[in-house]
Parts: sequence; C-alpha cells; structure tokens
Amino acid sequence: MNLAVAPAEASKAASSAPEVLLDVRNVSLSFGGVQAIKDVSFNIHKGEIRAIIGPNGAGKTSMLNVINGFYQPQVGEITFKGRTRNNVRPYEAASQGIARTFQNIALFKGMSTLDNIMSGRILKMHRNFFWQLLHYGPARNEEIEHREKVEHIIDFLEIQHIRKTPVGRLPYGLQKRVELARALSAEPDLLLLDEPMAGMNLEEKEDMSRFILDVNDQFGTTIALIEHDMGVVMDLSTRVVVLDHGEKIADGTPEEVSSNQDVIDAYLGVAH
Amino acid sequence: MSGEASQASAHDTFPKLLLRNAEVFATRAAMREKDLGIWQTWTWPQVLDEVRALAIGLKELGLKRGDRMAIVGDNRPRLYWAICAAQSLGAIPVPVYQDSVAEEMGYVLEHAGVAFAVVENQEQVDKLLEIRETFKGISHIIHDEERGLQHYDQPGLQSYASVQALGRKLMQQDGEAGKAWLAEVAKGSGKDTAIILYTSGTTGQPKGVVLSQDACMWAADTANRFDNLTEQEETIAYLPMAWVGDHVFSYAQSYASGYCVNCPESPETVIADRREIGTTYAFAPPRIYENLITMTMVSMEDASAIKKKMFHYFMDHARKAGGDILDGKQVGLLDRVKYGLGEFLVYGPLKNRYGLSRVRVAYTAGEAIGPEIFRFYRSLGINLKQLYGQTEAAVYITAQPDGEISAETVGKPMGGVDIRIADNGEVMYRSPGVFTEYYKNPDATKETKTKDGWVHSGDAGFFDEHGHLKIIDRAKDVGKLNDGTMFPPKYIENKLKFYPNIKEAVAFGHGRDQVTAFINIDLTSVGSWAERNNIIYASYQELAAHPEVYRMIEGHVDEVNRELAGEARVAGAQIARFLILHKELDPDDGEITRTAKVRRSLVNERYAVLIDALYDPSVKRQKIRTEVTFEDGRRGTIEGNVEIRDMPRHGAGDAALREAAE
Repeated sequence: MNLAVAPAEASKAASSAPEVLLDVRNVSLSFGGVQAIKDVSFNIHKGEIRAIIGPNGAGKTSMLNVINGFYQPQVGEITFKGRTRNNVRPYEAASQGIARTFQNIALFKGMSTLDNIMSGRILKMHRNFFWQLLHYGPARNEEIEHREKVEHIIDFLEIQHIRKTPVGRLPYGLQKRVELARALSAEPDLLLLDEPMAGMNLEEKEDMSRFILDVNDQFGTTIALIEHDMGVVMDLSTRVVVLDHGEKIADGTPEEVSSNQDVIDAYLGVAH
Repeated sequence: MSGEASQASAHDTFPKLLLRNAEVFATRAAMREKDLGIWQTWTWPQVLDEVRALAIGLKELGLKRGDRMAIVGDNRPRLYWAICAAQSLGAIPVPVYQDSVAEEMGYVLEHAGVAFAVVENQEQVDKLLEIRETFKGISHIIHDEERGLQHYDQPGLQSYASVQALGRKLMQQDGEAGKAWLAEVAKGSGKDTAIILYTSGTTGQPKGVVLSQDACMWAADTANRFDNLTEQEETIAYLPMAWVGDHVFSYAQSYASGYCVNCPESPETVIADRREIGTTYAFAPPRIYENLITMTMVSMEDASAIKKKMFHYFMDHARKAGGDILDGKQVGLLDRVKYGLGEFLVYGPLKNRYGLSRVRVAYTAGEAIGPEIFRFYRSLGINLKQLYGQTEAAVYITAQPDGEISAETVGKPMGGVDIRIADNGEVMYRSPGVFTEYYKNPDATKETKTKDGWVHSGDAGFFDEHGHLKIIDRAKDVGKLNDGTMFPPKYIENKLKFYPNIKEAVAFGHGRDQVTAFINIDLTSVGSWAERNNIIYASYQELAAHPEVYRMIEGHVDEVNRELAGEARVAGAQIARFLILHKELDPDDGEITRTAKVRRSLVNERYAVLIDALYDPSVKRQKIRTEVTFEDGRRGTIEGNVEIRDMPRHGAGDAALREAAE
C-alpha cells in the first residue's frame, strides 16, 4: 500500500508537538428557538482519532454538519488547516480536504460499489464532462489513474468480492464499508465518521475498528467520529469531547472523560 | 511434458524442474494473481527470478539444509515460491492451515521445530508472535503483506520484499551467489524430504506426514499422464496450502507439466475469478459442488416462469441423455439435437456461470458425493470424476479413467499403485507415492505402514465386478450383524443423508440381528415441503411426527433398501425398522460434534430406550424423555412418543428390475 496521501510519519510528528488541524471556537447554532449547539470550542490535532460523544440530541451530528459546512453557525468561527473560514459550502469543505460518512447510509443504491467509490474522486477529476464523454486520451488516462487509487482502497478495505455488485443489494455492514471507501477515495485530511458502527454486530464492529485504526495509521488521516459504543470509543480514540444538550461538558483522553462526574451523570449514569 | 520420462531422472526435484521450465517454457505463464482488479502474470523465468532472490536471501539469513520452514496464509504466489525456495536450499517447507488458532498452530510449529516462517499478513504475524512467547525456536518471521505492520519492531520480523532485496543485492555484488545457489539446487536429490504436511486429524494431535521429492514427483507425473495434462492447463488455487491436494495440484503437477496456477483475489471472489480464467482442470471437495447447485436452485426459484420452465425441461433432458453423451455412448439423434439446443440455452450459460466452460477434467474427492450431485454435473457435460487419495499416498490411490465413471465407486488403482483388501475389509495400498514416515512419531508410522511398504488406509472397501474400488466406511466403524453380514453404518447413513429431507441418520446393527436407524428430518427442506402441501405444524417435534412426513421418509428408506439389495455385500444390511427422532441431534447436547459427526457412544446411551424399542418387534410406539440444553445454556426436557415403522426388505432381483425399468 503506497497510496500517496499524507505520509504516515505525520501522525508520529503530531504526537510530539500537536499541530492543530481544525479549531472550533465558541460555535453556537440554533434552529429557530432550538439551540442545537451552545458556545462549543474544541480542536482536532493532526493525525489523531477524535471522538465526539454524548446522549441522543446532544448536538453531535449538528457539530459534524457545522464542520463540513452543511450548517452555518450563527456565532463562532472555525479554522481548518490554519485558515479561518466563513460560510463555506459543503463542496468547498470537501475540496479543502474534509470527507464524511453518514449516520444513515447515503450511497447511490443502484450503482456498483466501484462506481460509488469512483464518485468520491469527482473533485479530483480535471477533465470536463465532454472529455469524459469522449473517454479518450487524457480523459481516459485520468480515469485509469483514479481507478488505480480506488483499487488500492478496495484492496485496503477488503471489498474485492463486491466490486461489481450494486450497493443496494449489499448487507448493511458492507454498505457502511463502501461508504467509508468512498470517503477515503477523496483522500481527505480530515475524515468525519457519523456512527460508523451503528447497527453492526460484534464481528462487524471489530472489523470496522480495525479499518479505522488502519486508515489512521497507514494514510495518516485525521479522524473525527461520533459513536455510541463506549467500548469502541475508549479503544479507538486519542481524545474525546463530550456534548450534552448542545454544550461541551468534558474534553480529554478517554480515561479522563470516563472518570469525569459530569459525563457519568449526563451520559453513563443518571436518567434524564 | 509428462511423457518425457527420460528427463525425469535429471529433474528429480522441484527446484530442478523450475530451472527446466524457465528454459523450456520461457514465454509461458506459470502463475497469475489478481491484484487491484487486474490479473498479474509471472512467466516461468520470472518465477525462477523471484524464487532465486528469496532463496539467496533466506540462505543469508541462515536457512540451512534440513531446517523446517513454516508457510502460513491463503494461496498467494509468494507463498508457493517460498516452498520452492526452501526446497532449493534443501530446507523443508511445512505449510500450516491458515485459519487454525494460535494454539493449534503452535503445536504443529513446535512439533516440526520450525525456525523460519513465511506468512501472509498481520493476522498471521500476530499468531506467530503469540506462539513465539512459548516456543522460542522461531527466529525469523517473514511477511508478504506490509499492511498494519509498520510499527512492529519485534526481532526477526521482516518483509518478504526485503528478503528478496537482500538476495538480489548479494547477486549483484557477487556473481558467485547465483552460482552457489545453483550448486545448492544440484545437491538436492529425489530422496530428500520435499514437504511435511500435517493431517488435520479428527482424533488426537495432528501428525506430520513426510513426503519425499520422489513421492511428490511420482504423484505429479502419474496424475499428469492419467489425464494428459500439459502446459496448456489453467487451474485455480483456492484450497488450503496445507492440504496435500493443493500441494500436488497447485505446485507439484504445475512444476511437472508447466501449467499455470491462478491465485484468486480473495477467498470470496473464487467463483468470479474462476469464470474469468476459465480453468481447464479443477478440483474441489463435494461441498463446493453442492453449494454451486444450491446457489443455482435458489436463483432459479426467483427466475421468471418461462426461464424456470426452460431450465427444468432441459435439465430433465440432460439427466436422461447428458451422461451418456459425455461417456460417448449411443444416443438417438433427436436426443442429441435436443441436448444441443439445451447446451445453447441452459447448459452452456450455466457452465459459464460456474466458471467451468473450458474444464476438461474436474475431480471431487475427500468424502462421498451425493450421486444426484455427481450426475447433475456430468449431465451438463462436465467431466466430473472421483478419485480416492490420502495425504499418506501423496494424494493418488485410485481415480476414474475417462468413460468408466460411476457415482458410487472411486475408480481403478493409478499407475504404480498396488491395492489389497485386508481380511477385515480394510483397503491397503503400496505405491511410489507413499509417505516416508510420520515426523518424529515412529509408533504411529509403525502402526500405519508395514515393513514392506503397505499402508493401512483406515478405510473399508472392496472392488466391484469392473475392478473399481468402492469405499464404504472407516474400517474401525464397520461392524457385523449376528449372521455375519457386514454392517457399514456410515455407508448406510450417507445413502439416507443424500436425500435433502434427511439431515442426519444413525444406523445400528453391530452385534444385532438386523439393521435399524434413527432419522432426523431437515427442517428447512421438510418445512418448505410442508408449506407447499398445506401441512401445519408448530415445532420440529410435531412436524417430525406427522404421518405424511413419515410416509415420505418411509419412501426414502425403501429406496435405500432397494439400492442396498443390489449390492451383494451389503444386501443383508437393509434397514428393518426406523424411527424419526423427536428432536434434532444437537452439538449443544454433545450428540454430534461441531463438524456434524455423530457421537455414537453418547447417542447409544441417551437413546437406549428407543434403541431397545427398535429391536423389540412388539413395540410400535415408544415414549421418551430427553434432557436438552437450550441455546442460552438453560436446560429442559423434551418428551416424545415416537412411532416406529417396519420396512419390507428387498431381494437382489428387485433392484435389477428397477434398474431395467429406468
């Protein structure tokens, strides 16, 4: 595997002097009278696996949507790769290097696994529609180049056997994996995973965990993930941020967070 | 190339064959592997280059003549090359089942005393490292794939590519390295140990079967000659490398004849990959052939009415005429035309689907194959044949020559094999392919192999009137009825189990006057039959006791009895009475093993009441209480009142009559 993404050394460097990849400062988001996020600040270091946890309705998915530009926060600012951005559109966020997967799988059901993953490379394609239509010369060479990258990802995620299968026919666990493959094919700097293991059985979870660790390790991709399975969160993540009712209640290593009384009250213990 | 016996003496080891192939088949593909969706090809000279680089690298790392080297992983070209590289240095490759857990693998590695291990990926590296904590002898672990292993810094762990790079560097620096390697190859002789294969062993610890270069070479040449295999063949390597079949098919025979071995992209893509390659020589255990049929039948259920009708019409015709056409027998013109049309509409596309369009010879072995399944493939025009082999014989003992095919026998002794039937009915054989010994286990060797080279196969069998061997059962399971008739329980049970409605059967008869049987119905199959016939049931027990189900099973038992009647030796072992058990035999209750083998002693004990009832002609129904373990571990009891049916027995004439009628 020598997919030319950020080199794996990056993650090592990050551990000595953490370089901030994404910085969220005092972000608030509301929909009419509903305050989804209240004055939340946290950052994501380059090369880490950052978990965002919290009970249902805590604002986790809203937070991801803010990061990838789907929602515009009313207050606060976000700095990505050193550049403070205002009012980014999702496709701009994507072209800057943010890719994501969704809580409810959002694949093109009628298209094959291969085509779905290829679609993740759309922003890297330089030839226009008509060139592609002609499918000759530079356009063709470009497609071969992209296909090679995609094949590396297929190999990486061990989904060779479903390469040509329409994703609508795949079982849930595999669809999740295809979605991860599509996000990876954009060669992101920051990968957002919204409940990558929801609804999976233990074996599928273990597989997915291994893939997430391998992605982080091999490609040096920074990962932010939302997950409900606490075991998974504790095992995978470098640092954890905890949201409750739109507010940040804790931030730190898995050990720190799991011993934090507020977190235990909000999430693990006290009934709401 | 199989005909060139004169050359064989000069090429008495596989590394020598590799050198020959690199010259003789300089432009032919030796191996392919699908990688990143594209078939990568290595010609024989390229394979030589890879093997040589690895061998020189390994030698530098300290691999010596006589050392054992483990090989663990799925079928990958690099792992096959590692076998040859080890042999070229006079070291002994020991392929290990890649899915065995660390503990099992540890036993084999420690017993074989391996110092080097060439493994596929991180999963295997992790196992090896775990094993190394207790068995310190493993000095070098060489892995093919790098993924996930960048941050491992255990001593002796390095990548396959780095070992080859070391070999290549040495060759560049010093012209002698290549020559020294050739000298090592030249030192090898046919007497050397080629490989140690550990038999999975259903009982006790696995045993290491030592096969010499001569034995493997004999097996390869004999098999290639038997089916006229040439360098033109294409095969796909997907069965475990630790299994003797794969070693002979995908390594020995390929080196001997020069044919190309293809490695699939992943274990899940075998069927698609086989279709792309169009294999001409195939081998699979019966289970694989069964799965293909099941797949077909399931998709046919979903097909449109016209397609369904067409499929069944032509399959019926194939059943009637296909086998005879394949065997070159007389078939009427109309039938031929109809078969041709079927070939175009059904058989051809189906074979293409299976990746068997180009297949010249396909084998099944390992266990008994259902006659229906066997005939299904032959009727499609696929030359499916049976062979009988063992690890201890370097596979080949008997095989079916073209045109002499039967679903029930395993063929004639292959060239060079002597077979005799011992007094207790056990098949014994002697051939140039016979194993040298069990590694570090002289007692077991003595038990299995006589001084003059005869090997106890452990299987009971006999020759039929055409000189074909018929295997009936494990020798130790074969019993006798009180009147002296041979009683092979598994043979009878298998005949019953070939019916999809019967999931499990247990036959009794040793030391009794007559044969009786327990039967378990197959809930899926009988359940769907019940649905179609408006039979309502709430539980397995209720369905099993249903009179209609009894009538159906009675029909199956009767057919089995007719078949048995037609076979002189077992005609007396027809089933006199049977019952359908009120519960399924369950591994949770210890009645069958996890691999679905009946634990006879336990069944005898638990169901003693029922067995007694089977042998008491006055009893027509018997009450029984059995303790069961539920899936969550709770215990309970099931009560049943089981009906016993008496069966008429047939004379030999009945079977003949029926055959004539067909």
